[in-house]
Amino acid sequence: MNEKNNTLLIYTLLYFVFLYVPVLFLPIFSFNDANYMSFPLAGFTTEHYEEMWSKRNLHKALWASIKVGVVASVISTTIALFAAKAFARYKFRGEKISYGGIMMPFLIPEIILAVAILIIWINLGFKLGLVPVTIGHTLFCTPFAMLILIARIEGFDFSLEEASRDLGENAWGTFFRVSFPLYLPGIVAALLLSFIISFDEFILAFFLTGSDATLPMYMWGQMRFVQKLPHVLALGAVIIVFTTFIVLLAFWLRNVGQGKAKKDIAVKL
Amino acid sequence: MNNSFIQINNISKHFADVKAVDDVSFEIKEGEFFSLLGPSGCGKTTLLRLLAGFEYPTSGNLLIDGIDITALPPDKRPTNMVFQNYAIFPHLNVEKNIKFGLRKLGLSHDEIGNRVKDVLKLVKLEGYEERFSNQLSGGQRQRVALARALVRQPKVLLLDEPLGALDKKLRDEMQLELRTLQKNIGITFVFVTHDQQEAISMSDRVAVMNDGKIQQLSAPNELYKNPKNIFVSDFIGETNFLKAETKSSDGGFTNVSIEELGEFKIKNNLNIAANSSDVVCSVRPESMMISKVKSDWDICLDAKIRQTSYLGEMTRFYVEVKGIDKTITVSSQHFDNQSFENNECFISISLEDISLLNKK
Repeated sequence: MNEKNNTLLIYTLLYFVFLYVPVLFLPIFSFNDANYMSFPLAGFTTEHYEEMWSKRNLHKALWASIKVGVVASVISTTIALFAAKAFARYKFRGEKISYGGIMMPFLIPEIILAVAILIIWINLGFKLGLVPVTIGHTLFCTPFAMLILIARIEGFDFSLEEASRDLGENAWGTFFRVSFPLYLPGIVAALLLSFIISFDEFILAFFLTGSDATLPMYMWGQMRFVQKLPHVLALGAVIIVFTTFIVLLAFWLRNVGQGKAKKDIAVKL
Repeated sequence: MNNSFIQINNISKHFADVKAVDDVSFEIKEGEFFSLLGPSGCGKTTLLRLLAGFEYPTSGNLLIDGIDITALPPDKRPTNMVFQNYAIFPHLNVEKNIKFGLRKLGLSHDEIGNRVKDVLKLVKLEGYEERFSNQLSGGQRQRVALARALVRQPKVLLLDEPLGALDKKLRDEMQLELRTLQKNIGITFVFVTHDQQEAISMSDRVAVMNDGKIQQLSAPNELYKNPKNIFVSDFIGETNFLKAETKSSDGGFTNVSIEELGEFKIKNNLNIAANSSDVVCSVRPESMMISKVKSDWDICLDAKIRQTSYLGEMTRFYVEVKGIDKTITVSSQHFDNQSFENNECFISISLEDISLLNKK
């Protein structure tokens, strides 16, 4: 028994080492006083971070990513909320097909989605830029947002909505006074995760941005020059910390109130 | 008093192939405590949801106080509901839950305050204003649900098995309390339950439902004493069924041959046809007696007792009568000692307490 546990422990440790050690090199080298990623470390410096912050193009790219991320996450979460409500609450004709349809961008290779949008966008005579990137990201984020919201809404007691109607509220009043406040943690979690997916996304941005680079595009551009590598490492380190924080927040929010609901049932039983 | 306060006219509700409610018509009086009673799946909850507006009938129409509400959405109906799971809004405290339904009524600030205060007093929840649903016991939640519905002063209060989740003792208390409350405020209550004892003890009238149809609608004591069919007889209280066959009819009485026991003259309140084998006789446990000595009752049979099982108020006997094995349930007060097992004894039945019923 003990032996078996040890094997599992070693397996688990190896897994996490493999997963996280390469990522940890980024922050380590971002504080290393050298232009190359090699051991031994040359000494501690924050110079790369100062250099990173001084780049005007980086500011532009950051701002572009934030704009795209905010718009894409708001639109995809809104669409996902309607869809999640429909799937969690009702049985209807074409339910499986619609579900599959929304989940599709999750499954088809991103590059195909990117090329398809590119071809249509150009044939329609529009210019490349942040607008097609936002559209692409909205498509891409919607399935993620929907999965989070379905998980939230599926455990929802729909008699609460009936109670609201019974107490004189119409459908809108019921949504704003009952459903929305109770879905809210799920909605915020979906927003945050959609934002992060959009913020980190590269392939769609690569095909559709034209000259308005997003942050991942900017990083990719900088990587071609050896002397610029250290400040990209610094930027990478910042993004890792920021992303981790947002994802943890999203997962925490997703479960907020759920524990309470479970206790509720326990009391009833 | 309006005798047709709620009118249910030829209401049917079909879900795909299932006739949940099948062409039902009846009326409920103003100020009445009315129960819909039946086993699960009998259509009672669907009928209540049709009254509330959560479902719309496949056909038929509904009137409350002379107004056709068939097509109205729930928020436009003069009804309020106490849900089976109470459906207390978890993000609002008790006070805000109760105030929830007052917003659209156009009341003044003072009026709202007074109504909330009065209703909290009515359901004995003063001091609980700030609590949330998860800080309340099952009984308290039930009171909040009741207060939230009553504060709107509906014409009709709909209750969907509101006592089902409570333990036995609390349920008995709440039964009495609900009944008193209803008498005091005079609002018409439509109460759904599968618990026959609950329906019988609380209601002015009860509609027993099965298979989407009303089996019998009458006062509780009538249901017990004069069941209209075998379903009602079986569903309300304990009973013993005896196979029977009607012979000739004679005024209000019919000659009936009961199993191997012989032919008897039994009152026939339901106009059951003569020469029919599709009938059954029902005898309540308290109308039967088991004794060691012969009695002078109308029917007194020799029996051999194989086994007994004591159920408290009643005792079940597994007996052999004239070579047939039968199970009969008898009021425990009707036998003198417990040393019956494997003994000869006498089973007595009083003729006037036998109900003659159609099988269908």
